[in-house]
Amino acid sequence: MFGSLDWSTLQQLWWLIATLVGSLFVFLTFVQGGQTLLLTLSLSEDEKVLVVNSLGRKWELTFTTLVMFGGALFAAFPLFYATSFGGAYWVWILILFTFIIQAVSYEYRRKPDNFLGKGVYDAFLFINGSVGILLIGAAVGTFFTGSNFTLNDYNLVFWDHPLRGLEAAFSFFNLSFGLFLVFLARTLGALYLANNLGHETLVAKLKNSSFNNLLCALPFLLYVLIRLVMMDGYAVNPVDGTVAMEANKYLHNLLQMPLNLILLLVGLVLVVLGVALNRFTASVRGIWPSGLGTVLTCLAIFFMAGYNNTAFYPSKIDLGSSLTIYNASSSHYTLTIMSYVALLVPFVLGYISWFWRQMDSKKLTLEELNADKKSY
Amino acid sequence: MIEQIDLTMVNWARATFALTAMYHWIFVPLTLGLSFICAFFESIYVKTGDEQWKKLTRFWMTLFGINFAIGVATGIILEFEFGTNWSNYSWMVGDIFGVPLAIEGLLAFFLEATFFAVMFFGWNRVSKGAHLFSTWMVAIGSNLSAVWILVANGWMQYPVGMKFNPDLARFEMVDFLAIATSPVAISHFVHVTSAAFLYASLFVVAVSSWYLLKKRHLQFAKRSLTVACTFGLLASLFVAFTGDEHAFHAADVQPMKLAAMEGLYQGEAPTGLVAVGLMNFSKKPGDDQDPFIFEVKIPMALSLLANRDIDSFVPGIDDLVYGNPEKNIMGVEEKMVRGKLAVAGLGEYKAAKKTGDDLAAGKALTLFEKNSDYLGYGYLDYAEQAVPYVPLIFYSFRVMVSLGTFFIFLFLVYLYFLYKDQLEKQALLLKLGAFSFFLGLIAHEAGWIVTEVGRQPWAIQDLLPVSVARSNLDAGTVEVTFFMFLILFTALLIAELKIMTKQISIGPEGD
Ligand code: HEM
Repeated sequence: MFGSLDWSTLQQLWWLIATLVGSLFVFLTFVQGGQTLLLTLSLSEDEKVLVVNSLGRKWELTFTTLVMFGGALFAAFPLFYATSFGGAYWVWILILFTFIIQAVSYEYRRKPDNFLGKGVYDAFLFINGSVGILLIGAAVGTFFTGSNFTLNDYNLVFWDHPLRGLEAAFSFFNLSFGLFLVFLARTLGALYLANNLGHETLVAKLKNSSFNNLLCALPFLLYVLIRLVMMDGYAVNPVDGTVAMEANKYLHNLLQMPLNLILLLVGLVLVVLGVALNRFTASVRGIWPSGLGTVLTCLAIFFMAGYNNTAFYPSKIDLGSSLTIYNASSSHYTLTIMSYVALLVPFVLGYISWFWRQMDSKKLTLEELNADKKSY
Repeated sequence: MIEQIDLTMVNWARATFALTAMYHWIFVPLTLGLSFICAFFESIYVKTGDEQWKKLTRFWMTLFGINFAIGVATGIILEFEFGTNWSNYSWMVGDIFGVPLAIEGLLAFFLEATFFAVMFFGWNRVSKGAHLFSTWMVAIGSNLSAVWILVANGWMQYPVGMKFNPDLARFEMVDFLAIATSPVAISHFVHVTSAAFLYASLFVVAVSSWYLLKKRHLQFAKRSLTVACTFGLLASLFVAFTGDEHAFHAADVQPMKLAAMEGLYQGEAPTGLVAVGLMNFSKKPGDDQDPFIFEVKIPMALSLLANRDIDSFVPGIDDLVYGNPEKNIMGVEEKMVRGKLAVAGLGEYKAAKKTGDDLAAGKALTLFEKNSDYLGYGYLDYAEQAVPYVPLIFYSFRVMVSLGTFFIFLFLVYLYFLYKDQLEKQALLLKLGAFSFFLGLIAHEAGWIVTEVGRQPWAIQDLLPVSVARSNLDAGTVEVTFFMFLILFTALLIAELKIMTKQISIGPEGD
C-alpha cells in the first residue's frame, strides 16, 4: 500500500504525522500551563490539592507525547534529529532537564520524608511549565528564524555559536513565540481544570483565568503572526534543491496553500471561541474547541514551515546546509515501514480517549481525594 | 570523516551515557517485574474477592509508583541523548535506529501512560474488570518497551538488515523483519526481562523479609513471598538458561567480547572455562605474560558454551588482534588496511561526484563496497584499540553469573521454609534475603557492563567506533552536563530511597 507511494509523498505524509504529534503535544501542555497556575493564581490549600491531582492524572500523557514527537522525528527525519539535538545542544538539554524534574514531582511532593520538601517539587513543576515551554517555543521559532550551523560533506553538523542553541532565546521573534506558548498553555490549563474539577469557587476563578491568560497571549501571538507574514523566508528551489531567501515567503505559503490559511484562521477562532464559552456562558467545556483550535493552529504553523518548498530547519550562516523535509528524511523503505506502524495511531488515540472518558466522567472532588491516601 | 578526534570528549560522552543508563537501570527492571507481580496479586484479588489481597496489591502498587516516577525521569534523557551526544551516530544510522525507538513510543509508552493513571486512580472510577485489565496493560506496556529498546541495542551489537548509501553517507534499512527478529535482539530481550522479573522478586523478598524480621504484617509478608518466590525461582532458572544462550550468540557475533569475558588471550581447542581467576592487570595483548596469576578451569566448558561442541576451537584476543591463518581468522591489522581502503574509497567517491567524474566515482565506489564490511576499522589507529578493557568485563561477568546461581538457591530455600511454615524463625536467611535485592542490582549493572564495555570500541560492531559516533561538542560542555546529571540524579535517588523506605516502614496498614 505505502510502498507504491513515491518518496516525496511519503516525506510529506511524515511531516504531517510528526507535526500532528507535535501539535497534540502543544494541546496537552495544558498540564504545564496548569502547573504555573498553581503558583500564580491565589489558591487555597484545598484548591491546590485539586489542581495538582487533576493534572497529575494527565501529566504522563503530555510527557509521552513529547517523547513520541522526538521519536517520530528521529525515525522520519533523522538528519533533523541529529542536527538539532547535537547542534542546539544547550537548549535541548535544558528543556529535558525541566521534564526530568517534572516527572518525579507529582509523585513525591506530598509523600513523607521526600528529601527536597514540597516547595522544591512545586518549584520544579513551575519551572517545567514556564522555562520548559518557553524554550520549546524558542526552539520551534528557529524553524522560521534559522540557526547557526553548517553540515559537512558527510552531513555531520558543526554549530557556530558558543551558546549552542540557547542563542535562539535571545531573538525577539523566538522569545515571543515562546511566551505565546506559555500563555496558551496557561489558558488551556485553566480551561481543562474548569472542566475537570467539581469545586464551584475554584471553577469560577479558572473560568476568569483562562480569559486573562488569553489576553496575555494575544500580543505575542499578534507579533508572531505579523512578523511571519512580513519576514523573509527560506525558499527551496524545487528543481535543484538549493535554498535562497525569499521576501514574504511565509505569506506566500499561506496564499499558495489556501487550506493552510483556512486551518490557521479556523484554529485561532476555535481557541478564542472556547475561552469565550467559558468566560461568558455557564459552560465549562471550552477546553474542547480551544484544544482542537490549538492543534489546528499549530499544524498550520508547522505546514508553513515545511511545505510548499520551504526549508523547515534553515541555517542562517550557510543556506546550503538548511534542512528540508526532502533532504532530512529517512529512506523510502523506512518511511514505508513507519507508515504501516502509523496505522496503529488511530487505535492508540482510540483507547486513550476511551479510558480518558471513563476516568473523567465524574468531576474530581475534594471528598474523593480526601478518601484516597494515594492522592498527590 | 571527522577532522580531529577529541578523545576526551568521547570519554565524557561515554561517561555520561554510562551514568544516565546505569541510574535508569536501577529502576527499570523493577518496573518491568513489579508490574507483573502487581498484576498477579490483583488477579488473585479479583478471583477470590478477598479484601486482604486488594490491600496487598495496593501496597505494592504504591511502591511501584514511587519507583516508576524516577524511572520515567531518568529515562527521557536517554531517548534524546543519542541526538545530543552522539549526533554523528544518529545521522549515520538514524534511518534504522530511529524506528524501534518510535515504535517503542507508540506501542509501549502510551499503553503505560494511559493505564498507569487508571491503575492508580481508577479504583473507584472504572469497573473491577477494567481496572485489572489496566494493571495488566501497564505490565505489558512496560515490557513491550523493553522489546523495542533491546531490538535497538541488539542491532548495535549485531547490525543486520541494512545497506550503506554512499551518496548520503549513511546506513539505510533494507529489511525491517531481519532487525526486529534478529536472534541477538531476542536473546537480549529474554535475558533482560527474565532478569528483571528476578530483580523484582528480590525486591518483594527484601521488603517482606524485613517485615518478618520485625515481626510485622506476618500474613501479608508470607502471602507476598509465596507469589514472589515462585515467580523468582522460575525467572532465575530462565535467566541462567537465557544467559547461556546469550553467551553462545556473543561467541558467534562478537568473539572479542567473549574472549574478554573469559580473559582468553591464546585460543585453543578445546578451551576450558575459568571458574575462578585472579587477573594479571599488566597483561597486554601480544605479550607473553600469563593473563592469570591464579585460575581454576573447568575443562572444555568454554568450547561447549561458545560452540556447543566440547572439542571446538575458541579464538582468543591475540588470535583476533593479530590473526590466525591456521584457523582462518583475519587480524585487526588487516581489517584496518581494508577499512582504510573503504574510508578512502568513500572520500574519493564523494570528491568525484562533486566534479561530476562518473568514471572515477564508479571506481571509488567499487573500492568502497569491496571493503565496506570493515569500514569501522578504518578509523582505528592501531590494532590493540580493538580490544576492550578485559579485567572489568571478566570480573563483571563472574559477578553476574555467580549471583545468578546464588539466587536460584535463595528462592529454593525460601520456598522450602515457606512450605514448612518456618520462615519467621530463619533470622539469618531473612537478613540475607533483605540484602539480596542490592545483590540483584549489582548483577544487573554487571550484566550491562559486560554487554557495553565488552563491545568497545564500537558503537556499531565493526562499522562505527564511538570516537566517530560522537557529536561535535567540546569536552567541557559534555563534562558540565555530566555533573549536572550526576547531581540531579543523585538528589532524586536520595529522595526516592527516603520515600520508599518511609512507605515500607508505614506498611500496608497505612492504607
Ligand atoms: C546465571 C547465569 C548468567 C549467565 C550465563 C549470563 C550471561 C550473560 C551474558 C553472556 C551477557 C552478555 C551478552 C552480550 O553482551 O552479548 C549477559 C548480559 C546481561 N545479563 Fe546476564 N547472565 C547470567 C545471570 C544474570 C543475572 C542474575 C542478571 C541480573 C539479575 C543478569 C543480567 C544481565 C543484564 C542486565 C545484561 C545486559 C543486557 C544484555 O546484554 O542482555 N544476568 N548475561
